[in-house]
Amino acid sequence: MSSQQDASGKKLGMWLFLYTEIILFGGLFVLYAVYFAQYTSDFAEGGKVLDRLYGVVNTVILLFSSFAVAASITAIQKKEKKIALAGLAMAFFCGLIFLIIKYFEWGHKIELGIFPNSEKLVDGPPGQNIFFGLYYIITGLHGIHIVIGMTLLFVSFVFVFKEKVTHNRFTLLENSGLYWHLVDLIWIFIFPLFYLVI
Amino acid sequence: MENKDVLHYFEYQSLFKVLLVLLFFTGITVGVSYLDLGALNVWVALVIASIKGSFVLLFFMHMKYEGRVLVISFLGTIFFLGIMISFTFWDVAFR
Repeated sequence: MSSQQDASGKKLGMWLFLYTEIILFGGLFVLYAVYFAQYTSDFAEGGKVLDRLYGVVNTVILLFSSFAVAASITAIQKKEKKIALAGLAMAFFCGLIFLIIKYFEWGHKIELGIFPNSEKLVDGPPGQNIFFGLYYIITGLHGIHIVIGMTLLFVSFVFVFKEKVTHNRFTLLENSGLYWHLVDLIWIFIFPLFYLVI
Repeated sequence: MENKDVLHYFEYQSLFKVLLVLLFFTGITVGVSYLDLGALNVWVALVIASIKGSFVLLFFMHMKYEGRVLVISFLGTIFFLGIMISFTFWDVAFR
């Protein structure tokens, strides 16, 4: 591997960007924490509206997709192109399922009259208004990140397919993987805070 | 200059074991949520989430085998988060 590629530098650059993402979501979690402390019972009531099964399924899906992406990075280094492609395709597919489930979840809530600035929320307990406001913002922003991650996975897939990413040169794949893992990491915290609130 | 970390990768088996651990802790966190531990529930949930997060970070994101720059910068970010969260609480708690 030539040092001119600067794989270390590219990886560091990606991590620095990931730190900004961590702080971005961290800030939203701070909001959650403060209002949770203030409106604990309202948050618990809000949590009951969420479908735990969907939450668990989405968690499992993302964990599995992280495994798939990690496997594809191992595969590219072992020159196992087909496995690398399969891992990326699997992770992309998992992201798609995640978004579809998210669509059903949001749709169901909107049908119940639960959406930002809805009468039901504005006229109801303020703590629940805040809970669902945070729910939409955080899961919505997370959903956008899933789309971005899927785009990166797709690009990586094409590059691996065309052999522009190889066992000698795979920083793009690694960095796409890192982004995807971060999206999984964020969900790992979103899940208990919104779905498992007692 | 050789990249020392490029030569290391996790075998599929190891990655799969990490996945199993993650699924296990997911089960634990769901199970614990059915017990009423009062104020402790949130903390247990956060601790388990942190454990899961650590596995994703160390293994899937390869941090276990990364160099000092990444490890220290990552810990620095977490430290920053810690300050942001705790100072906010400190402020809000005394209003």
